[in-house]
Amino acid sequence: MKKVLLMLSLFTLMLLPAMSQAGASRGYIAIVGSSTVYPFATVVAERFGKTTKFKTPKIESTGSGGGLKLFSAGSGIKTPDITNASRRIKKSEYERCQKNGVHDVVEIKIGYDGIVVANAKTAPRLVLSRRDLYLALAKEVPNPDGSATVIKNPYKTWHDVNPELPSTKIRVLGPPPTSGTRDAFVELVMQGGAKTFPWLKALKKKDKHKFKAIAHTLREDGAYVEAGENDNLIVQKLEADLDTLGIFGFSYLDQNSDKIQGSLVDGVEPTFENIANGKYPVSRPLFFYVKKSHVGMIPGIRGYLAEFTSEKAFGEDGYLSDRGLIPMPKSEREHYRKVATELEPVMSASDFK
Amino acid sequence: MTKSMGSDSSTVIERVERGLSRRYRAEKRFRLIGVGAIILSLFFLVILFGDILIKGLPAFSQTQIKITIFFDPERLPLDKLESADFEALVKSGLRSMFPQVRGRRSKRALYKLVSSGAAYELRKRVLHNHDLIGKTKDLWLIADDELDLLLKGDIARVPGGRFNQQQLDWIEKLERDGNLRQRFNLNFFTSGDSRDPELAGVLGSLSGTVLTLMLTFLLSFPIGIGAAVYLEEFLKKGRFSDFLEVNINNLAAVPSIIFGLLGLGVFINFCGLPRSAPLVGGLVLTLMTLPTIIISSRAAIKAVPPSVREAALGLGASRMQTVFHHVIPLAMPGMLTGAIIGMARALGETAPLLMIGMVAFIVDIPKSFNAAATVLPVQIYLWADSPERAFQARTSAAIIILLFFLILMNASAVYLRRKFERRW
Repeated sequence: MKKVLLMLSLFTLMLLPAMSQAGASRGYIAIVGSSTVYPFATVVAERFGKTTKFKTPKIESTGSGGGLKLFSAGSGIKTPDITNASRRIKKSEYERCQKNGVHDVVEIKIGYDGIVVANAKTAPRLVLSRRDLYLALAKEVPNPDGSATVIKNPYKTWHDVNPELPSTKIRVLGPPPTSGTRDAFVELVMQGGAKTFPWLKALKKKDKHKFKAIAHTLREDGAYVEAGENDNLIVQKLEADLDTLGIFGFSYLDQNSDKIQGSLVDGVEPTFENIANGKYPVSRPLFFYVKKSHVGMIPGIRGYLAEFTSEKAFGEDGYLSDRGLIPMPKSEREHYRKVATELEPVMSASDFK
Repeated sequence: MTKSMGSDSSTVIERVERGLSRRYRAEKRFRLIGVGAIILSLFFLVILFGDILIKGLPAFSQTQIKITIFFDPERLPLDKLESADFEALVKSGLRSMFPQVRGRRSKRALYKLVSSGAAYELRKRVLHNHDLIGKTKDLWLIADDELDLLLKGDIARVPGGRFNQQQLDWIEKLERDGNLRQRFNLNFFTSGDSRDPELAGVLGSLSGTVLTLMLTFLLSFPIGIGAAVYLEEFLKKGRFSDFLEVNINNLAAVPSIIFGLLGLGVFINFCGLPRSAPLVGGLVLTLMTLPTIIISSRAAIKAVPPSVREAALGLGASRMQTVFHHVIPLAMPGMLTGAIIGMARALGETAPLLMIGMVAFIVDIPKSFNAAATVLPVQIYLWADSPERAFQARTSAAIIILLFFLILMNASAVYLRRKFERRW
C-alpha cells in the first residue's frame, strides 16, 4: 500500500511536465467577464456545445473589469478569446489591449438589461422618480432650503423624501461597489436624480469630480444595505420584510414575478416591453468583445458568434429573452449579426471620442 | 488530648458532610450545563440539516410529460441527422395533444411546458437507433423546471405569476389524463452543469473534485510525511528547526485565498499551466493541505514511544531502518487521519480556486487533469447565484452530496484510527 502510493506519487510528479505540455493547445473557447452577461452567455454556450461537434465553451464569471483585464493581458491560447461586459470597454482598457498585442478587438452588443427597484408583491407598489431615489439614497443631498450646498442626508422615511410616498422607513438592499449593476445604478439613477437640481447640473459641467462625489456616494447609515452579489438572497429578504426595497437586474424580477413587483420609475413600469422600447429609464447595453486573431486558432468561435447573434437566441422571441435579456431593435440586431459574421469592423482609437 | 483530637476529627467529617451535598449539586449543575451545550449544538445541527434536506430532497425527483412523438422522416434527413431540428418533433407532438391551441403566443406558452432537454433526448435516441425514423412512439420526456416547481408546490397555482390561466388549464388536463409523472432524477447524477435547472447535474463537478483531490492526495501525502519524518527524526533541534516550525504553523493558518494568488502567480503566469484545470487546482490545494498534514504527521510520529526506537537501534538497525520499519508503520494511522482531515478541508474549498479560474460554467465532464473543470463547492456557489428558482433545490441537493462525501471521509478517518491504533 505504502509502496504503491509512493510509486503513484512519483509517477504523478514525472507526469507534471508532460501534462503542462499538453496544455499548449486548447480545444474549447475560453470566455471571461461580467456576471450580468454570464446567465445569457452560458445558455448560448450550452446550446452551442450540445448542437454542434465543438466542445462547450468555458465561461468564468469575473466581473466586467476583471474580464477585460484578463482579456487585454495578451494574445494567444493562454488568454481568453472572448470577454463579456455589462458596460462598454473603457479607453484605458482598449489602450492596454493595444499595448499587449491585442490589436483586433471586435465589439458585439447583445441587448439590454434593465435595473429594477422592487419590493414584495404583498406590499403596495411604489411609484418613484429618479429624484426620489437619489434623495433617499445619496450620502449627501442638496440643502432643502434651496441654497447651493449639500447636507448630510436627513431623510428617514419615503414620506420625508416625497409627500406622495408612504411613510415607511427607507431601507434598500443593493449590490456592492464591485458590481456592474451598482455602477449602472449609480450612473443612471443617482446621477439622473442629481441632475434634476439645476445647480448640481451646472456643477457637473464646472467640476466633474465634485459632482461625482455628490451624486455617486451612497449613504452608509443603514438606509442602503450592501447585500452582496447574490440577488436570490435579496429576493428572499424582500419577501420577509415588506418595507424593504431591493435593487437587481431585470432577469431576477422576471424569474420571481409571482413574489416581487418592480416599482415604477419616472412613471414607467419595468416590463419587458418598456425596457425594450427605451421607455424605462434604467437600462444599459450589454456587450462582448472578441479577439479576431483567435478565430482561426481556437475551433468554434465563428459558430459561437453565429449562435449568439442568431434570431432564435438574441431575437425578439429568442431563448435569451426568456431569460430576461432585452432584445435590441431589429436594425441593430442585423448590424451586429453582420459584425459577427464578417468580424469587421475592428475597434480603433477613433471609437473613443 | 485524645478527646480534643476526637472532637476535631468529628468536626472535619461534619464539615465534609455539610459540604457534600453542595459539591454534589455543583457537579450536577456542571453536568446539566454540559448536556445543555450538547443539546443546543444538536439543535443547530438539526436545523441546518433539516433545512438542507427539506430544500434539497425535491431536487431528487423530476417531472416528466408523456408525449406522442412521430419521428417524421421528412424532418430527419439521414445525411444531416446531427443538425436536424429535433425541437420541431417535440413541438408537433405537443400540438397534436392540444390541437385547439392557435396563435403564436399560445403556442409558445405551450412549448414552454417541455424542457429543451427533450429535444437533446430525442437527438440521442435517433442517433443511437436510426430505425426509429418513421415510427410513432409514446415517450416520457423531461418537463420544464417551472412546471416541475408548480407540481411540487413551490409555485402557487394562480394565474398571473409564472403561469397564465391557459397554461394552468393545460397542466390540469395533462394531470387528469395521467400524462405527468414524477421520477427519480437520474439526470442529476449523470450530467454536467446546465443553465436549465432540470438538465443540470453534479457529475461534472464531482469528477472535477475527484481529479483535483486525487492529485492533491498523491502529492501532499508523501511530501507531507517525508517532511514530517525528516523534521522529527533527523533534523537537529535548534534555531533552524524552530524557524521551520513557526513557519509551518503559520502557513496552516494562512487564509486559503492566498494560496490561490500564489497558484495564479506561480503555476499559471510563470509555469504556463492551463487555467481552470484540475492540475493547477490540485497543486494549489496541495500547498494548502501540506502544513496540516505535516503538523498532524509530526504529532503522530512524536506519539511513538522512544523505547521502540531505542530497541530497534539497540538491535543494530540503522536510523533509516528504525524509521521505516518501526516508526512510520506505528505512526501511520495518525498520519492517515491527518491527511484525510486535510483532504476534507480541501474538498470544501472554493476561495483559492476562484483565482485560478475553476469558478466557471463548464458543461463537458472533465476527463483529464488538463481539461477545464470545476469542483462541487464551486458548483454549489454558482447554483446559489442563478436566477432560475429551481436551482435553489439543486443547490441544497448538491450540498447534501458534498456533506455525504465529507461524512464518508471523516468516518473513514475514524475507522482507520480505530483499526490501526496501538496503545502503549
